[in-house]
Amino acid sequence: MAKTERTAEPAAPLAAGAPLLEVTDLQVEFRMREGVARAINGVSFTLEAGQTLAILGESGSGKSVTAQAIMGILDTPPGYVTGGRVLYRGADLLKMPERQRRLIRGSQIAMIFQDALSALNPVFPVGWQIAEMFRVHRGLGRTEALERAVQLMERVRIPAARERVKSYPHQFSGGMRQRIMIAMAIALDPVVLIADEPTTALDVTVQAQIMQLLQDLQDERQMGLILITHDLGVVADVAQRIAVMYAGRLVEEADVIDLYGRPCHPYTRGLLDSIPRLDQKGQTLSAIGGLPPNLLHIPAGCPFNPRCRWAQPLCRTGAPPALAEVGVNRRSACHFWPEVAAAAPAAGLASPAQSETAGSDPAVLQTLGAASADALGPDGAQDRLAASDSALAGEQGATAVAPQGPVAAGGPALAGPTPDGGSADESEGR
Amino acid sequence: MIDRRDHKDRGRREQFLAGLAEPDLAVEPPEPASDLLVGEEPTGAADKPHSLWTDAWWQMRRRPMFWISTALIIIFAVMAVWPSLFTSLDPRYCLLAESRQPPGRQHWFGTDIQGCDVYARTVYGARSSILVGVFATLGVTVIGSFVGLVSGYFGHWLDVLLSRLGEIFFAIPTLLGGIVILYSFPSKPDTPYFVVVGKVVLAITLLAWPSIARLMRGSVLQVMPNEYVVAAQGLGASSARVIVSHVLPNAMAGVIAVATINLGVYIALEATLSFLGIGLQEPAISWGIAISAASKMGYITSAPHMLLFPSLFLSLTVLAFIMLGEVARDALDPKLR
Amino acid sequence: MTKYIVRRLLQMIPVIIGATFILFVLVFALPGEPWQGRCGERPCPPAYVDAFKKEYNLDKPLLIQYGIYLGRLLRGDLGTNFYNNRVIDELAVRYPTTVTLALIAIAFAIVIGITAGLVAGINRGSFLDTLVTVSTLVVISVPVFVIGGLAQWSILKLKLTDIIPVTATQGTIGQLILPGLVLGSLSVAYVARLTRTNLVENLRADYVRTARAKGLSKSRVIGLHTLRNSLIPVITFIGYEIGSLMGGAIVTERIFNINGIGGFIFRSIEQRDGVSVVGAVTVLVLVYLVVNLIVDVLYGVLDPRISHD
Repeated sequence: MAKTERTAEPAAPLAAGAPLLEVTDLQVEFRMREGVARAINGVSFTLEAGQTLAILGESGSGKSVTAQAIMGILDTPPGYVTGGRVLYRGADLLKMPERQRRLIRGSQIAMIFQDALSALNPVFPVGWQIAEMFRVHRGLGRTEALERAVQLMERVRIPAARERVKSYPHQFSGGMRQRIMIAMAIALDPVVLIADEPTTALDVTVQAQIMQLLQDLQDERQMGLILITHDLGVVADVAQRIAVMYAGRLVEEADVIDLYGRPCHPYTRGLLDSIPRLDQKGQTLSAIGGLPPNLLHIPAGCPFNPRCRWAQPLCRTGAPPALAEVGVNRRSACHFWPEVAAAAPAAGLASPAQSETAGSDPAVLQTLGAASADALGPDGAQDRLAASDSALAGEQGATAVAPQGPVAAGGPALAGPTPDGGSADESEGR
Repeated sequence: MIDRRDHKDRGRREQFLAGLAEPDLAVEPPEPASDLLVGEEPTGAADKPHSLWTDAWWQMRRRPMFWISTALIIIFAVMAVWPSLFTSLDPRYCLLAESRQPPGRQHWFGTDIQGCDVYARTVYGARSSILVGVFATLGVTVIGSFVGLVSGYFGHWLDVLLSRLGEIFFAIPTLLGGIVILYSFPSKPDTPYFVVVGKVVLAITLLAWPSIARLMRGSVLQVMPNEYVVAAQGLGASSARVIVSHVLPNAMAGVIAVATINLGVYIALEATLSFLGIGLQEPAISWGIAISAASKMGYITSAPHMLLFPSLFLSLTVLAFIMLGEVARDALDPKLR
Repeated sequence: MTKYIVRRLLQMIPVIIGATFILFVLVFALPGEPWQGRCGERPCPPAYVDAFKKEYNLDKPLLIQYGIYLGRLLRGDLGTNFYNNRVIDELAVRYPTTVTLALIAIAFAIVIGITAGLVAGINRGSFLDTLVTVSTLVVISVPVFVIGGLAQWSILKLKLTDIIPVTATQGTIGQLILPGLVLGSLSVAYVARLTRTNLVENLRADYVRTARAKGLSKSRVIGLHTLRNSLIPVITFIGYEIGSLMGGAIVTERIFNINGIGGFIFRSIEQRDGVSVVGAVTVLVLVYLVVNLIVDVLYGVLDPRISHD
C-alpha cells in the first residue's frame, strides 16, 4: 500500500505545454428534495505553475463548490459532477478511479479551508493531524512523522512548535490554527494549493500575515495557488489572474490589473464599485441591488440580468452569454461588454494600455487593494471627478452603440482607457 | 460546574429525548446545498414576516408523522371523553361464564378473566391514561417552567437554591420515587376515581418537574442576553412584564416540544405504576391494570388477547405523543435540527 | 481534576441529605403498624409495642429519627430492618444479580444499539436507516412491561423455554439474558438513535471534509475521524444509563421473578419495612450520583475540549 503510494509521487515533470490544472466546462448539480440546483454551469480555467488564480464571487456563486469538485470531495449525494474535465498535468481527474485520485488528493493537490477551528478535528492533537499526512501517504512511522510535523509547524512560524505539537486545535488562536491548516496542506509539497477563503474568519492584521505566509510558501515551492475569496483587497495583493463567478458561471476572467482597471462585466463593475474608497469620501457607496439568484431558479438569459443596469431585452431571454475573448488574455460573458468597459474604470488608476507594464508593479497593485487604499495624492481629486463623470456617461453609453463615455469625459490619461485602446479591444472582441 | 451544556440532563431518558434531534427520514440537503438557496425566493411569499410559530407550522404540516400522530391523538382523546361512541357495551358488565374467550364476533377483542369485554375495557381505559398524561404534563410544565423562569431570570442565590432543590428530586429515580409516594398514600376500592388519578398526577409532578425546570432555565439564559430583553429592561419595564412579554414567549418553544414527548412518557409511567399494582387501582379501568392481570404466567399463552389489545392501545397512545413531540421539537428548535 | 472531583463530591452532600430525607419522611409516613402480625393472631400487647417502638426509635420525633439514621448512614450502617436483618446484608445478597442484569442490558445497548446506529447513520436515507429509525421509535413507545410480557409470550409460543428461560429465580447469567434484553430495550433504542444522530451530524462536519481533502480512505475518514467524535456522547450516555437502569430494574425483576434490588424494594414496601426501603433506595441514589460523576470525569478524558479545571 505504502509502496504504491510512494511510486505515485513525486509526479512526473510537467509535460511540455500541459498546464498544471486545466478545468474545462465543469458542471455540478445538487439534487435535492426541492429540485435540482445547478451549482456550476460550465466553468473553465487554467492554472500554471507558480501562478495565483483568484476565484471571486459572492457566497453561493459556486466558487467553493468548484474547489470541492476539483478536489473530488463534493458531498455526494446531493452533489454530482455532471460534466466537464479537470485535467491535472494532462490527466483527467474526473475519469480516474477513486483509489488513484486519492493518492493525488492531499499530496499533489491540497486544500486549505475557511474556518480552521471546525476544519481541524477537535479530538486529535494538531501534530497528529499533520503527521497523518506522512503516515498515510508516505508510510512513515509515528515518531518520524511527528518530527516532520514539528518541522512543518516551525516552517509556518508557530512559536514553540515542539511543545505545542500535542495540543488540540481549540487551544490555539485563530491565526495559529490557520497556520496549522496550511502546514497540513503543504506537508507533502503539493503542486496545486487551493485556499478556500483562508483569511475570512481572521482579524485584519492576522489576515495579512497569513496571506504573506501563503505567498512565501508559493514562491518557495512554485505551487499553483487557487485563491477563493470574496475579498477584493486580498485578491489585488496576491493574485495574477482573477476569475469572477456568478450563479455557477465564470462571468469574467482577466489579469488582475486589467480587471481592476477596466472591468468588462457589469457584475465585476458592481463589485468594484461597492468597495468603500478613501478618495470617494462623502459619496454614496454604490452597492449591487437585489440578491444573487436562487440556484433552483436561475433566471433565463444572463443570470445577472435582474440586477444589471446595462440589461437589455436580449439579456433576459435565451441562453446566457458565453464567455468570449474580449481582449488580450481576457474573457467576459456579457452581450454589452464594450459599453461596460467603456464606462469609466472603477479603480480609476490603470488603463489597458498601461496594464502590460504595470502588471508587475507592486506599487500599483497595492493602491488597487481597494480596502486598504491609501489616500490618493493631489491627483486623487481629479481622478474622482473623472470617475464620477464617466460613470454618468457610462449610463448613457449603455444605450449607445459605440462607447462614448471616456471620450466625453476627457479625463486625464491615467483615468480612462484611451479611445484607441477602447476600439482596439472592441474589434478584437467581435 | 464544567463548561458543558447541562450535562446532568443526559441522565434521564425523558430529558435526553430533547437532545435526540431526529431529522426527517427523507434525505435532507446537507450544508453546502442549503448555502445555495440563499437567493431570492421566486414566490411572493418571501416578503411576509415569519414568526417562529408560523414557520414551525409550515415545517410540521409537511411531515406525515405530524398528521399520523395528530390523528391518533384525536382518536384517543375522543375515546377518553366519549367512550360510548366507540362501544355500546358496558365495560363493567361481566359474565364469569364467558371468561377468557378469544376474539370473536360478539367480543371483538375477546373477554378477560372476569368475562368482561376486552374491547370495551380497552376503550374505557383510554380515559385514565389521557387524564394522567394531560394533568401530569400540565403540572410538571407549569411548576417546572415557573421554577426555571425564576431561576434563570433572577439568578444569584435564588438560582442556587432552586437548582439544588431540583437536583435532590432529580437524584431520586422517578419510578422508585413514584412507588414510594403512592405506597405512602394508598387508595382503597372506595376512594373516588378522580382522587386516585390525582394522586398519580401529583406523584409524577413532584418527581418530574426538575427536568422541565432545567430546560426552561437553560432557554431563559439563552434568551436573556438578547437585545429585545435588555432593551425592555433598560426602558424600565417591570420584571413580570419582561418575563411575560419577552422572555417567556421566546423560551417556551423547546419546553412545549419536550412537554409533548413527556406526555407520552408519563402515560407509560402511569401504566407501569398501575401494572405494579400501585398506580390506579381497581375498580378503575386502566390499560396498566389490564396488562398486569393479563401478564400472569398462565394467561399469557392461554389468553394472549388480554395482553395484546391493551398493550397495543397503550403503545399507540405513547407513540403518538412522542412522535408529535419530536416533530414539534424539530420544527420549533432549529438548533436541534 | 482533583479539585473538580472534590467539588463535585461536596456538591453531592446536600443532594444525598435532601433525597434521603424525602424518602425517609415518605416511608415513615407509611400507614400501618410494622409490629402488626408479629404477635400471632392477637394484637400485640402494649409492652411489646413500646419496646418495638423504642428499639426502632419510632417513639421519637421524625427529625430526631432522621438524624439518628443519617448518623448511622455516615458510618456506612444502613440500619437493621424490622426482621432483625441488617439491610446492608440483605442488599449485598441481591446486588450482584441486579448489577449483572444491568450490565447485560448495557451490553445489548452497546452491541445492538451502536451497530444499528452506525448502519443507519452511514446509509442515511436508505431502507435500513428508515427501519432503524422507525423500529427504535416503536421500542421507545412500548412500555417495558409490555415488551416483557410480549417477550415471554413469544418464547412460550415458540416453545423455546428450554433455551431461553422466561423466569429467572436463581439469577444465573443464562436466565438473565432475556430480562437483560427487555430491560435494555429502551437503552438499545436510545443508543441507536443517538449514535445515528451524532454520526450524521459529524459526517457533515467541516473536519470530515478536511479529512477527505487529505486523501484519506473512506474507512479511515469514517472509522477514525468521524467515529471518535460521534461516539463520545454515546459513551457518556451509556455511562449514565448504568446508573438509572438499576432503579429501572424493578419492573423487569418483577416480570421475571428475579430476586434483585428491585424485587427487594417492592417486597419491603409491601411489608411496610421502611428501613429496608430507605436503605435500598439510598444506595441506588448513591450509585446513580457516583456513576454520573465517573462519567463526567470520563467525558473530560475522552473529549479534549472539556476541561475540568
